[in-house]
Amino acid sequence: MKIPLSYSFRNLWTRKLTTIMTIVGLALVVFVFSAILMLANGLEKTFVGTGSDQNAIVLRQSAESEALSSVSLEEANILSTMPEVALGADGKPLITKEIVTMINLPKRGASENDLSNVIVRGVSAAGLVLRPQMKIVEGRMFNFGASEIIVSKGIQQSYTGVDIGSMVKFGGRSWKVVGLFDAGKTAFASEMWADNDQVRQAFNRQGFAVVIFRLKDKEAFASIKSKIAADPRLNELKVLHEQEFYAAESETLATFIRILGLMVTIIFSFGAMIGAMITMYAAVANRTVEIGTLRALGFRRRSVMFAFLIESLFLALIGGVGGLLIASLMQFVTVSTTNFTTFSEIAFSFEMSPRIIITTLIFSLVMGFVGGFLPSFRAAKLNIISALRSA
Amino acid sequence: MKIFKLIFRNIFRHKLRAALTVLGIAIAVMAFGLIRTMVGAWYAGSEASAPDRIITRQAVSFIFPLPLADRDQIVRVPGVKEVTWLNWFGGVYKDKNNFFARMACDPASFTDIYPEYKVTPTELETFKKERNSCIVGQKLADLYHFKVGDVIPLDGDIYPGKWEFVVAGIYTGEKPTTDVSAMYFHWDYLNERITQTQPSRANNVGWYVIKIANPNEAATVSERIDALFKNSSAETKTETEKAFASGFIAMSSAIITGLQLISYVIIGIIFLVLANTMIMTARERIREYAVLKTLGFTGKHIALLVFGESLLMALIGGVIGIILLFPISAGVAKGMTQFFPYLAIAPSTIGIAVLFSILVGLVAGFFPATRSMRIKIVDGLRQIG
Amino acid sequence: MAEGIVQVRNVTKTYKRDTMQIPVLQNISLEIPEGEFLALMGPSGSGKTTLLNLIAGIDRPDSGEILVQNTNIASLNESALATWRSQHIGFVFQFYNLLPVLTAFENVELPLLLTKLNKQQRKEHVETALKVVGLADRMNHYPKQLSGGQEQRVAIARAIVTDPTLIVADEPTGDLDRKSAEDILDLMQQLNQEFKKTIVMVTHDPNAAERAHKTRHLDKGELTL
Repeated sequence: MKIPLSYSFRNLWTRKLTTIMTIVGLALVVFVFSAILMLANGLEKTFVGTGSDQNAIVLRQSAESEALSSVSLEEANILSTMPEVALGADGKPLITKEIVTMINLPKRGASENDLSNVIVRGVSAAGLVLRPQMKIVEGRMFNFGASEIIVSKGIQQSYTGVDIGSMVKFGGRSWKVVGLFDAGKTAFASEMWADNDQVRQAFNRQGFAVVIFRLKDKEAFASIKSKIAADPRLNELKVLHEQEFYAAESETLATFIRILGLMVTIIFSFGAMIGAMITMYAAVANRTVEIGTLRALGFRRRSVMFAFLIESLFLALIGGVGGLLIASLMQFVTVSTTNFTTFSEIAFSFEMSPRIIITTLIFSLVMGFVGGFLPSFRAAKLNIISALRSA
Repeated sequence: MKIFKLIFRNIFRHKLRAALTVLGIAIAVMAFGLIRTMVGAWYAGSEASAPDRIITRQAVSFIFPLPLADRDQIVRVPGVKEVTWLNWFGGVYKDKNNFFARMACDPASFTDIYPEYKVTPTELETFKKERNSCIVGQKLADLYHFKVGDVIPLDGDIYPGKWEFVVAGIYTGEKPTTDVSAMYFHWDYLNERITQTQPSRANNVGWYVIKIANPNEAATVSERIDALFKNSSAETKTETEKAFASGFIAMSSAIITGLQLISYVIIGIIFLVLANTMIMTARERIREYAVLKTLGFTGKHIALLVFGESLLMALIGGVIGIILLFPISAGVAKGMTQFFPYLAIAPSTIGIAVLFSILVGLVAGFFPATRSMRIKIVDGLRQIG
Repeated sequence: MAEGIVQVRNVTKTYKRDTMQIPVLQNISLEIPEGEFLALMGPSGSGKTTLLNLIAGIDRPDSGEILVQNTNIASLNESALATWRSQHIGFVFQFYNLLPVLTAFENVELPLLLTKLNKQQRKEHVETALKVVGLADRMNHYPKQLSGGQEQRVAIARAIVTDPTLIVADEPTGDLDRKSAEDILDLMQQLNQEFKKTIVMVTHDPNAAERAHKTRHLDKGELTL
């Protein structure tokens, strides 16, 4: 590669307008590509983060989501006595039996009739212990026994009527919002929590929706799973690792985003590569005399080809970095949409990761390479005399 | 219009560049059309609704069931002509990816309330008589090669267990836009089994579909129905079929907005590719444009040449893109059946795609056209290549 | 015939390159009678091409008048000048400047598209012009299928097809081999003697200048002889 790199760089600078336009085109494609990866990543993180690998969740077999599940009083009691359930600091089984239901709330900035479903979860004291990610950030925790609720900060930001001090009506009662919580990037960030006993009474429920407990040890899961399947009193239930369950809940949406994203990006990348190709072909055509001169001076075909490839790769790299920078700004954006599986709102955001950065840069370089290859090849193949004469 | 000949030939002077530009535009126009079509699929449900049908569902979310007993009360509400109900069955047909709508209905009232689903009288007879039978839409039958008499096995999830249904008939749609991609079977059949296996869940419906006498009374009748069940354990929300469908669309509004934004980014890319080409082209032709000026052609003529070339390439690319849209969207529909059971390309999509091509052709040609028409002859002649 | 068909009066032209001012023509006056074949010679940078460009109406002087058939073209606006050019000037360039995507016929037809002639009339003019330059049999060839000399002849046909008042040629033989150059010069002499065309030719080739009636020299922006 004897032709100096500065030759490639300066040539890009000479035809500023065309160069900039090609870079912008590449950057746009890269932006869409990385934004979609970040979205899927954000969604995944939210759900995988929702769940501890030490917890297990029990639901009705036929239930696809917590809100549609039911676990009867008897079933719940039997589960509490099982040895696979770890014991808490107080010597009692670390198990929580919860009601999970949904209510309608109006979104901020939407019309009055535009309601969305938000999950209401009745928790017990054990439930709080099992979810250490949850932290009260404003106000206070609700008092057990009172008609009080705490609302996730994400919900408070997206919906009206759930600020601290507001009264929310459901289950035939008014509940006071006494605190806001932050559950990090988990599914709980789209929920409201209250005292389980209060929620049960309000909705006049006999049983519960789900049961969640801490596994005693590594073998506990397999053991309790087979016991549940074998026990005629329990075999209508299923048990899953908490993380597994939440990951499955988001699977459909994540898959959708991924497939859609992949499709869109592939199509886009063709557009960008074509743009790069056009630019590079023009560059070669315009510098035919130069190329002839370089070769007459003694530079090899290989060097000429490299010089142009470098130019193309450089274009792509700048476009790639530009696109990534803009995409990283998306991290400030939260997306709120309905989860296909639960039909309730989930909020998640765009998450950058080192892996996405590397994948994106490789993607840009590939576009630059493919776009620049044929033109560079042509530049190398030019015959010296005809090139010099083409002025 | 001799100028047209000049324009046309100028485009193909650089065959490769012209081909690449047109290809780039075609791909982008195709992508634009694809996204619009996908978004359109979301709205299809809302468009298919009838003005004289209202839906009653559980107030909080339609995923919560309503008791069948409610029916008797609803039917007596003034303004209500007929009542039917549906349960979403879900389940899996052989593979999770073989998604299509599967619902339990009341055959006696179903076709009355949905007159747009056409079944031959003999097939309808059979369907009503045979408890374990079902009817499938024409599109579904085509896709999975279902024929009358075939057995469709389903693996239940919401209603667990192994289920089998015999195809009694295939329904077609009154209009080409009618949805004919679902499967309907007997609610009684479902309820019978649930009563045995999970009695606490028996005698529930997913939602009621009500035909009203006067479409203008939709709001009033809806209120009357909801008033019946206010403060009960299963409060209802009744709304027009269109509003019900719109609710679904609103659920995915973030995604739809995202897709629409992307479609505009695509337009931007088309513009960049074309403008890039036009700028390069115009730059190379400066000497020629100067020569034309010496001959007496004016700046306006030159501008016309440039605009003409830009427009023509945009249009050719646009047309190719639209042609490509058909096979590609069919392919997408196949690959993503669980999300998009069918993708119909609306004439408006084609129209808008053409419009945008023209717009982009004009805008992309603007800067090179104005720059070219202003060149001073002496400067232009001095330029090499 | 008292006054010349072309009268250049006290014309000055300065070029600006970046921030420098380069005087190219200083207070030039020149008269060209009708029917004359004039050669303009001078070293490189002497301003001969500039003077030619001014006479042909493709550039404007900074001061002075240029009268062609009593029209002061220096005072015409852009579009009027364009129309004037199409009717009065035939231009022959050193590098032919034919449009590569048009055939010989179509190239010659170009200037006629600006007139009100119909298709048949245009065809007649084009065929006549091509016959004069001896390329009637190559009408449908593209420039790349023609030799340098043939291309220049097509260019000359284009220059005469509108029957212009004046033919201006900028180094018409500069890019041709000896034989083709001679052919072109023969043709130009023929145009002058047989068809009575007034021709102003810029050249650095004394051999070409010999074919003209008169030669003027330009040096550092001033006319001599």
